[in-house]
Amino acid sequence: MTQISSSGPAALGPAVPSAPDPDAVGSGGLWHSAWRRLRRNPSAIAGAAIVALFLLVAVFAPLIAPGQPGVPLPNSGVTPSSVPGPSPGHPLGLDSPGTDLLTQLVYGARQSLLIGVVSTALGLAGGAVLGVLAGGLGGWVDTVVMRVVDILLSIPSLLLAVSVAAVLGQRPVSVMIAIAVAQVPIFARLLRGSMLAQRGSDYVLAVHSLGVRRRTVVMSHLLPNSLGPVIVQATLTLATAIIEVAALSYLGLGDSNPSTAEWGRMLVNAQSRLSTDPHLALWPGFCIAVTALGFTLFGEALREALDPKGRK
Amino acid sequence: MLSFVLRRLLLLVPVLAGLVVLLFAWLRALPGDPARALLGQRATPASIAQVNEAYGFDQPLPVQFVTYVGRLLRGDLGSSSATGQPVLQSFLDRFPATVELALAALLFAVALGVPLGYAAARRAGGALDSLLVGGSLLGVTIPVFFLAYLLKIVFSQWLPLLPTSGRQDPRIDATHVTGFFVLDGLLTREWDASLDALVHLVLPGIALGTIPLAIIVRITRASVLEVLGEDHVRTARAKGLPRGLVSRRHVLRNALLPVVTTIGLQTGLLFSGAVLTESVFAINGIGSYLFQAISQLDYAVLQGFILFIALTYALVNLVVDLLYGVIDPRVRLS
Amino acid sequence: MALLEVRDLSISFPGGSGRGAALSKAVDGVSFDVEAGQVAGLVGESGSGKSVTSLAVMGLLPHTARVSGSASFDGRDLLAMPERELEGVRGRDVAMVFQDPMTSLNPVVTVGTQITEVLRRHTGASRRAARDEAGELLARVGIPAPVRRLREYPHQLSGGMRQRAMIAIALACSPRLLIADEPTTALDVTIQAQVLELMGELVRERGTAMLLITHDLGVVAGLCDTVTVMYSGRVVERADRHELFARPRHRYTSGLLASVPRLDAPRGQRLQPIPGTPRDVIGWDAGCAFAPRCSAADDACRGTELPLVQDPTASGRHLLRCAHPVPDHRPDDRPDQRADQRVGDQERSA
Repeated sequence: MTQISSSGPAALGPAVPSAPDPDAVGSGGLWHSAWRRLRRNPSAIAGAAIVALFLLVAVFAPLIAPGQPGVPLPNSGVTPSSVPGPSPGHPLGLDSPGTDLLTQLVYGARQSLLIGVVSTALGLAGGAVLGVLAGGLGGWVDTVVMRVVDILLSIPSLLLAVSVAAVLGQRPVSVMIAIAVAQVPIFARLLRGSMLAQRGSDYVLAVHSLGVRRRTVVMSHLLPNSLGPVIVQATLTLATAIIEVAALSYLGLGDSNPSTAEWGRMLVNAQSRLSTDPHLALWPGFCIAVTALGFTLFGEALREALDPKGRK
Repeated sequence: MLSFVLRRLLLLVPVLAGLVVLLFAWLRALPGDPARALLGQRATPASIAQVNEAYGFDQPLPVQFVTYVGRLLRGDLGSSSATGQPVLQSFLDRFPATVELALAALLFAVALGVPLGYAAARRAGGALDSLLVGGSLLGVTIPVFFLAYLLKIVFSQWLPLLPTSGRQDPRIDATHVTGFFVLDGLLTREWDASLDALVHLVLPGIALGTIPLAIIVRITRASVLEVLGEDHVRTARAKGLPRGLVSRRHVLRNALLPVVTTIGLQTGLLFSGAVLTESVFAINGIGSYLFQAISQLDYAVLQGFILFIALTYALVNLVVDLLYGVIDPRVRLS
Repeated sequence: MALLEVRDLSISFPGGSGRGAALSKAVDGVSFDVEAGQVAGLVGESGSGKSVTSLAVMGLLPHTARVSGSASFDGRDLLAMPERELEGVRGRDVAMVFQDPMTSLNPVVTVGTQITEVLRRHTGASRRAARDEAGELLARVGIPAPVRRLREYPHQLSGGMRQRAMIAIALACSPRLLIADEPTTALDVTIQAQVLELMGELVRERGTAMLLITHDLGVVAGLCDTVTVMYSGRVVERADRHELFARPRHRYTSGLLASVPRLDAPRGQRLQPIPGTPRDVIGWDAGCAFAPRCSAADDACRGTELPLVQDPTASGRHLLRCAHPVPDHRPDDRPDQRADQRVGDQERSA
């Protein structure tokens, strides 16, 4: 849904000879210089912190949450016009179905992580296959694959996800696949571009002239060099996935199992109580936005750090 | 120039053709009987037989496909399984509302985004710049419907300054000519109706336009930064030209080209955003139509919608490409 | 008083690691003059600081640059001038031609507008008058069908024509000083000669002074009245053209001259490059920057800061910053003999 892929960092200042950058490639390789740059970048640190927090909460959910997800409490005290606030044992109070709000949020993080990671991985895998085929083999394979990618891209990703989810039914798997399908064209384009750019480069010609087989060239040389941008895009895709899961839930296409806690569905449930207890919507919304922001910050910072032209 | 246009139109054809094939495959992939899927709640043995006849679902697959394409070309996108209304007609009825909303959002995004992006680039590294970069990142990651909620809560409960629902105050008796309420008011000289419609567009426009705003700020900023470092700007300064002139003619003019292309890409975002925002603000556009269709699993509408959207998206991108060809002399004269 | 007097110009940039890091000097204590109506050459390799010097004079360096010293144009110090005033000087009294005409011209603005805007800014000419003037300027720089060109865009012109257009822009308001930064480096060899000839003609015709910045000694020999040689941010030698070419004293200058291939050299004679590479601009040492590459260097060269002094053996003005200059030789010594001497030096120090 959101297009979190902007243009890269811009150059500053006219062409004046500058002192050589001790972080430039050559003093430890691309990854080392990237790490050094990341360490100093405040938004990278902020993003990494948010991501780390998210991961911790998601992984250690059972230890943090006061209760079980999706289990309404008997005698919850929920009425059509009010919802119990914070109390001992329930730091954030309850939500409209009568479950503990904090538990729902914490387990929601776990769900988001699960879906996010799986769908990104699937999208990456699918896109990689297509992209490598298209870029590596070229010719008519390339043309056909790119036409398919163009078609997929002509549909806004949310609607694409919706159509796939509609076909597959209301299971958690379908959400993952749906989001993955929407991401496939992006990864395909990325990898194809990377393949094409490298195919014409000198080192590939050199390796070829030494008689190395095509497949080896692709697997051992081209792929590792494409790793950087792919990781960046994967991070950004994760952010998009988290938002899209929520959007799909909002549209009613998400997981319908009430015992699964999911931020998007919490937003839907909160809709009817918007005027009386807005915090029911604010909490999950806040979680979605901040988590996505964290991944985006980190992804963008990573992109800048990996840029071999790296000038600040 | 003409060949440029024709070439681009020609590229459209295989994409649309592929889309139709994909849609057909999708329709057949839906769970259950296609006729039943299309009819949904209105399925009776009689109506099923009717649909099978009309769509040729009892015919071999290739024949089905041909029939399908034939229907599409005639503009027959089927009828809604919930209401029985022809899909195309419903779209056309509701289209103006969404277009008005999208235009309002785009206007908001561009009018605010370009100056902010420019200011950020000019003072790169400064406090304003960091603020804008951070803010734009937030704007991109915030879910549209959440923002819509927020605005609705704030303005309906605490700051009742702007309307949060509908396109027009029902107490104003407005005459509708085109379906574009703001325009209608102007055409019929009912100024109050026009103004009222405009006011109703503010909040939904802001909700829908926030993500495009964030994107435009970022792209403008990046583009201006890049142009500022280019040699021709140095030449302009070496000529002794005043700052304002250098900014207008030698920085902005060059920097805005990529921004224009982005606007075309925003269309997809605007549509999917509209699906999520219109229902929050009770606007009767195609967005809320699709929203209902999804919740009711109205496949006929879904299919028609996808085709409609893809076509619109492709056309808008074509227009933007052409526009680019007009404003960039390097493209125009090659 | 010379038209342009640069005194003790030093320029530093923040080091690679960003904010708060050490400054690195690109130019150190450079001084030279450009007399009215004369062509002064500024020669050096890339990294010598020559381009940066010219940008500093025009006030076109980025904000991060630290500049000290003075650059007096007609008695007024350009480096101390407020930006507003400087805008009035640029384009009208002092104009600049840059190296790459493709990137130095705005690709989405017509050639005509890029000329008329200078005219209208400094002379207040009407649109009509400016267009006419622009057409004449293009004709004067040898561009065929000038009036049509006014409506065209830079990418529609060839490289040579683009540079001619840049020259037209620079000379539009008849400046008294033209700074040309490697004006022909980006052009085809055949075009280079034409453009240089054009520039020579125009400045002589209008009595414009020119500061010609280049790495190419051939260019200098053809056009310049005086030559200043820079190495690693400092002036190392300075003399009138004939004097410099006849009697290069600094080891670097003589090395440069010796490395130029000559048509009249005997067959089979090897080219004589200067060993080593120019330094990266990091930090600063005392002593001669050329020492690591110089066959005559000793401790005297490395320790102390060497001053720029007048060569006592020269008849005219000939400044030199060298502890062991090339020994004076009789006027009829051929340069290839000096090349042989250099080979001998190398063998001895190897």
